[in-house]
Amino acid sequence: MNAPDFLEFKNVSRHFGSIRAVDQVSLSIRKGEFFSLLGPSGCGKTTLLRILAGFERPDTGCVILSGQDITQLPPNRRKVNTIFQSYALFPHLTVRDNIAFGLRIEKRPQREIDHEVERMLELIQMKAEAGKFPDTISGGQKQRVAIARALIKKPQVLLLDEPLAALDLKLRQRMLIELDLIHDEVGITFLYVTHDQGEAMSLSDRIAVMNSGIIEQVGTPAEIYEAPRSSFVAAFIGDTNFFEGRVAELIGNEYSRLVIDGFPDVTVFNDKQLAVNNLIYLSVRPEKFHISRERQEKSPRHNVVPGRVEEVIYQGSLTRYWVRVQEYRIAVTQQHSRFLLDEKPITWDENVWVSWHADDGFMLERYSQSDEQLVTLPE
Amino acid sequence: MTPARARLNEILVTLPSAGWLAVLFVVPALIVVAISFKPTDPLGGAGAGWTLDTLKSLGNPNYPAILWRTLWLSITTTALCILLATPVGYCLARLEKKWRQMVLLLVVVPFWTSFLIRIFAWKMLLHPEGIIKQALAGLGIVSPETPLLYNQWAVLLVMVYTFLPFAILPVYAAAEKFDFRLIEAARDLGARRFQAFCRVFLPGIRRGLFTALLIVFIPALGSYVIPDIVGGPGAEMLGNKIAQRVFVDRNLPHACALSLLLILAVLLPLTAVLALQGAREKARPIIEEGA
Repeated sequence: MNAPDFLEFKNVSRHFGSIRAVDQVSLSIRKGEFFSLLGPSGCGKTTLLRILAGFERPDTGCVILSGQDITQLPPNRRKVNTIFQSYALFPHLTVRDNIAFGLRIEKRPQREIDHEVERMLELIQMKAEAGKFPDTISGGQKQRVAIARALIKKPQVLLLDEPLAALDLKLRQRMLIELDLIHDEVGITFLYVTHDQGEAMSLSDRIAVMNSGIIEQVGTPAEIYEAPRSSFVAAFIGDTNFFEGRVAELIGNEYSRLVIDGFPDVTVFNDKQLAVNNLIYLSVRPEKFHISRERQEKSPRHNVVPGRVEEVIYQGSLTRYWVRVQEYRIAVTQQHSRFLLDEKPITWDENVWVSWHADDGFMLERYSQSDEQLVTLPE
Repeated sequence: MTPARARLNEILVTLPSAGWLAVLFVVPALIVVAISFKPTDPLGGAGAGWTLDTLKSLGNPNYPAILWRTLWLSITTTALCILLATPVGYCLARLEKKWRQMVLLLVVVPFWTSFLIRIFAWKMLLHPEGIIKQALAGLGIVSPETPLLYNQWAVLLVMVYTFLPFAILPVYAAAEKFDFRLIEAARDLGARRFQAFCRVFLPGIRRGLFTALLIVFIPALGSYVIPDIVGGPGAEMLGNKIAQRVFVDRNLPHACALSLLLILAVLLPLTAVLALQGAREKARPIIEEGA
């Protein structure tokens, strides 16, 4: 996947009054990619999308689409189309006329329009509803009409603004699969805006995690989950446990020893090459822990701490434990294939050993204000 | 509830409005129709017996010209009002909330002054010695001999001025409910600003436009004060004739016959439009929010 950059944001900023909705964002998206902008509401992801669509002009910076600077172009002259969160179907037009709208504006010959509309109706499997008005069809159908209405224009980039937010869970899951299929079928670049990490993780080739106007990290879903670059990313994507500590010693080039209040020494992979005495957060995801009644051998690459089970939540395919270790309440998830057949399951008030591999923890520098608020987040 | 009981309830609920309509509209209209068939009484009022003479007198060769002028002025007034009110409604609806109230107030403020006084004010303005005439003549836009007052154009101008707020209010009410994200969607799909306005905004506020049309057109047809004050003999409307028959000639049957003519002139096109609208809505059976 080393296609040349196709869509580029260069130092794009947009302020609303004193609020920096988008702050010096630079981003490259490849052709044909399913790219997601992921972040909490108000992080600037929708503003960035609207800048690309042409509904907002950036205060500084530019947007380049297949070699052309489109920053100053009005929305109607950009080869991008949007699927709006509210769908924004035209209520006075039928499904068929909604889909045909873009081509009618282009004044394409009627025969060609009819042909294209039929093809789209087939793609979204709504031939039978072609004559209906938007307020007489279901949410999922509206969604599909919105997709067809945008795709018929053959955009270079399809923009999707939280397209599944208004649907119920079952429908959301089905549309998720449909979107994926459509992306494979039409092969155009998708830029997907969402606050739902599940959607972003399951659909995207790459994800940009945004927070208060800046991009915290860009990477594949696995990179972002397994190697978050900031505590914000770590906490926002999936669950994690944070421990406040300090780098005490470097072990070779790759590992370092940490001091965490109340813990025995902890070893962690030092991918960021942090120097001794740096203040850090150690982040370990719940499923990376292993708990057991017997103390495991402490090897140089294994960390083991004693704790006490405070809460057990059985969830079928996995069990969540809350384990008290000193001042920390650690979230642990354990998968089990033979729950009832195995040894007697661990339960409330048992003393256990919590262990994890040094490579499964990651260090995050303590610097920004947002970090301070995050320590309490997984609770 | 049994169907019969439901039906009874329906009748009971609609009874007050039906009664109101009957007493205040249907019966008076029928009285007007009836009096048209009465002979003229020299003392005013209607004489005894029945006659077709009054209706025959509508064949007066002056009337077609006056009827035509009445229709022409009313239609043009309505068209101009809607043409002006639509962009105003659009802008008002896009305005920030705090400014909106202010501007709406400005639209309504003229109502605080008596209608008659405002018409007289226009007479002062358009008068040969008035500010507008002096200014236009001074700038060389009109020659000093061109009269601004006492012609059809003066009537049209003042009618548009008078009825414009009545057009703005329903258009604004519809525009305020309009989802402006639809404009963005249209722009996104390649529409220029004006295309988006015509293809999405106008259909979106069609009920407001229709209301504005009725609210302006019907009173415009019946107006007689405006042509009486700023119009000359060449700018008479049907309303003037009716007023003249009642107040000057004391000829009630003739006035009623003219009213009947006006009712027919209004009712016929109007029912046609309503039927058309109804047929179109029937093709799309949904409950819409009231415009």
